[in-house]
Amino acid sequence: MTYLAKPKFHHPGLPKNELGYTHRDYEGTISTLCAGCGHDSITAAIIQACFELAIEPHRVAKISGIGCSSKTPTYFLGNSHGFNSVHGRMPSVLTGANLANRDLIYLGVSGDGDSASIGLGQFAHCLRRGVNMTYIVENNGVYGLTKGQFSATADRGSKSKRGVINTDNSIDMVAMALQLGATFVARSFSGDKEQLVPIIKAAIAHKGAAFLDVISPCVAFNNHAGSTRSFDFVREHNEAVNRLDFISTRMPIELKQEPGTVEIVEQHDGSTVALRKLSADYEIHDRSAALGFLQHHSAKGQIVTGLLFVEKEAEDLHAHLHTVDKPLNALGTADLCPGQAALDQFNASMR
Amino acid sequence: MPTATPLSRVNDFVVRFANVNGSGSASANEMFARAILRMGIPVAPRNIFPSNIQGLPTWYEVRVTEDGHLGARGGTDLMVAMNPQTFDKDIASIEPGGYLLYDSTKPYPASKFRDDITVIGVPLTAICNREYTDPRQRQLFKNIIYIGVLTALLEMDVKAVETLIAEQYKGKDKLIAPNVKALHIGRDYAVLNLAHPIGLRLRKADKVGNKIFVEGNAAAALGAVYGGATVCAWYPITPSSSLADAFTKWCAKYRVDPTTKKAKYAIVQAEDELASIGMVIGAAWNGARAFTATSGPGISLMQEFIGLAYFAEIPAVIFNVQRAGPSTGMPTRTQQCDLISCAYASHGDTKHVMLFPENPAEAFEMGAEAFDLADRLQTPVFVMLDLEIGMNHHLTRPFQWDDNRTYDRGKVMTYEELEAGKDFGRYLDVDGDGIPYRTYPGTHPTRGSFFTRGTSRDRYAKYTEEGGPYVDNMQRLLRKFETAKDIVPKPLIANAAKPSKYGVIYFGSTAPAMDEAIHMIEARGHGIDRMRLRGFPFHSSVNSFVADHDFVFVVEQNRDAQLRSLIVNECGIDPVRLVPILHFDGTPITARYIAKAIGDHLDQMTMKPAKVTS
Repeated sequence: MTYLAKPKFHHPGLPKNELGYTHRDYEGTISTLCAGCGHDSITAAIIQACFELAIEPHRVAKISGIGCSSKTPTYFLGNSHGFNSVHGRMPSVLTGANLANRDLIYLGVSGDGDSASIGLGQFAHCLRRGVNMTYIVENNGVYGLTKGQFSATADRGSKSKRGVINTDNSIDMVAMALQLGATFVARSFSGDKEQLVPIIKAAIAHKGAAFLDVISPCVAFNNHAGSTRSFDFVREHNEAVNRLDFISTRMPIELKQEPGTVEIVEQHDGSTVALRKLSADYEIHDRSAALGFLQHHSAKGQIVTGLLFVEKEAEDLHAHLHTVDKPLNALGTADLCPGQAALDQFNASMR
Repeated sequence: MPTATPLSRVNDFVVRFANVNGSGSASANEMFARAILRMGIPVAPRNIFPSNIQGLPTWYEVRVTEDGHLGARGGTDLMVAMNPQTFDKDIASIEPGGYLLYDSTKPYPASKFRDDITVIGVPLTAICNREYTDPRQRQLFKNIIYIGVLTALLEMDVKAVETLIAEQYKGKDKLIAPNVKALHIGRDYAVLNLAHPIGLRLRKADKVGNKIFVEGNAAAALGAVYGGATVCAWYPITPSSSLADAFTKWCAKYRVDPTTKKAKYAIVQAEDELASIGMVIGAAWNGARAFTATSGPGISLMQEFIGLAYFAEIPAVIFNVQRAGPSTGMPTRTQQCDLISCAYASHGDTKHVMLFPENPAEAFEMGAEAFDLADRLQTPVFVMLDLEIGMNHHLTRPFQWDDNRTYDRGKVMTYEELEAGKDFGRYLDVDGDGIPYRTYPGTHPTRGSFFTRGTSRDRYAKYTEEGGPYVDNMQRLLRKFETAKDIVPKPLIANAAKPSKYGVIYFGSTAPAMDEAIHMIEARGHGIDRMRLRGFPFHSSVNSFVADHDFVFVVEQNRDAQLRSLIVNECGIDPVRLVPILHFDGTPITARYIAKAIGDHLDQMTMKPAKVTS
């Protein structure tokens, strides 16, 4: 059994958000992942982000593929509908769901095995289409459920638990997301909740394709000396590009990039994000600079974390398709069926 | 003079145009067929084309049939041979006493022709070279010129062709006069230089009535519009692409909000078939009516997702426009060869609903009905078209819609029902029909949410690997399939004039040829009862139909008798009772083929032993 319900009991004095929900309202079942798994930290960050954003839990659709990471939607937002689909195909299921009802919040959860190998094509295409979603890859560089094989994001030269050296080049999904036209691209570390929570909040508020790669060490198979996804390695090599805060008001956002100042990022749903920039030479609206920055630090063996890119004028797939404002799944016979009169005209034109 | 008597027939013959793909002949040839329709004479045209863009042989066949036989007949009475590459083969296919029209600019030696046909030479290239300087015009107008020749040879209504030219080039009016001129160049040449009319004639009739002339894929796409599909995700593949194209066209016409000009639909050309079915499943899970259109290779790629939709119980409509397989097979040739791959698509124990339209009218009706069925049953539904139906124009009854009809969204628990405290278990069999209730995401803040997964779960959608709940779930899925037997379209039965010991079962695009073949079989002195299947799972009447006959022929267009296997497997019928009649060369099955195959069998069965004399 990997389904463990949480006891209903909770402290009556739990703080509530502006909608009256407590933290418990954003939780799911008890995790059955390994104790200490980075994925559980990401789950906790998602719960906190949604609580702080005061999202109605049931207005979120959480969709995943197959693998350890894809199990995690069971562990948060228990009153949301979830869909644990097939390996690597979360993006297409999410795209279809989004087309059906543009009013929900779409949270896609995937792993590096799920998204960087079998699902690489779907990862690419849903980003280039601009599906309005938060696409989180819980990236541990290893196949956990099948016990320790390298994934496509494992760094070349890193060592598996069995002592095998990876000779394949790794796929950098953040670099790909930048090239594919994602309008919000970030990377974080599961152990850095202070950075991760605001990024998730900003990604959810972003109206467009938001991609978030979270380095998430696997305690069972990729947390040893020689791994470049272990806790110790990531902590030693993490270079944060900025420190983030999220303000859920509708204030305009300024885009100054001076070190130590707050940068304002404009969101198209009317909410605003304030970013405190720590690096003096970083510009979050410059896609090519983000790519260069990423690759520059990658070449030095460093992991860049933070919000790397946001597009000012992001549009989503519904805007591209020029669909009606009302969700397509709410349209009924009267909205959709042209009726016999139109059919009579059709018949006449086919003679 | 030919050694065989020249064919002499009115409103009952087959004309075949042999062209080179990419030569621009398609519109001229189709205009020929439409002009005959305008004369009140039914036609059954077929486009036989290669899987390339330019250069390979293509044929367009027009069966002129006052009796309204819309299946392929076989053989050619008048060959318009415009492709030197296939010239010899084309001549060989002409019926004895038939006619050959060819480009005689450089006359062939007499040895190239047969002595039992009438040869009609027209120097088409020379005429075009004389009239036009532009090479493309020389090619395109050549097609119209031979249509002009045919108007004289067949006593065709030239005004009908002129009207069609005006309709075709409406909006590009400067093209009308040159085309009409080319038409008359051909007609005038024939009048002045050829013996006309020939033995094949057209006479105005009133046999078309209010029928319409439409392609199956366009009809199915319109059915999807009327059925309420709002999400279409597809990937190009012959012969299904024109279905998605037509859906796009019909949506632009019928589904744009008049005030905002915004679309009440979403169409995505996916990156592959896997993504297209994934989007359909995601959209349907979220409460939209969604479909994809594909062909056999696409079905192969979609298998994993189809299994998920079956097990997770998500409605999905899949239009499968079948072509000749396996593998790439013959992409532009027709077959009915995906029955088993669709009926049992994906790993594990799966069974899927299929619908079998016989023509565009049913493609429209079933195209709409598929969405009700998918929602009612919460499962994938395949609409099994094939290239013969999908990519050819067919004369068919006009489409009808009951304006009082509303969409049946099946068992969807609403906010109000959840609020009232109704017990919600996603996989509970509340009504005993195997069909559970579902909720759309976002319905209620605290009730009705569930987790959808391809892994086993209990009746309340909680993940479990226990054997008991798994078996319980799988048996409920079987009960649901039993329920489907009575709600998919039922078979249609037509009995012979006298009680018969023999029956025939068939489906889909075989129907028009079967309608005609029955008369030919009767002419050989045999009566046979027939059953046309329209849906899978099979209705209980299939068992009784087989039980009521000594032998039942099963006619289908594949090598392995897939329908027969399905009947044996699903109905528990002794295979000996089912005689396979198979046609699978990629051409549509003909009345002649069916009549001969069944007629020969019946001859043997009714043959009495000769008297032995000492």
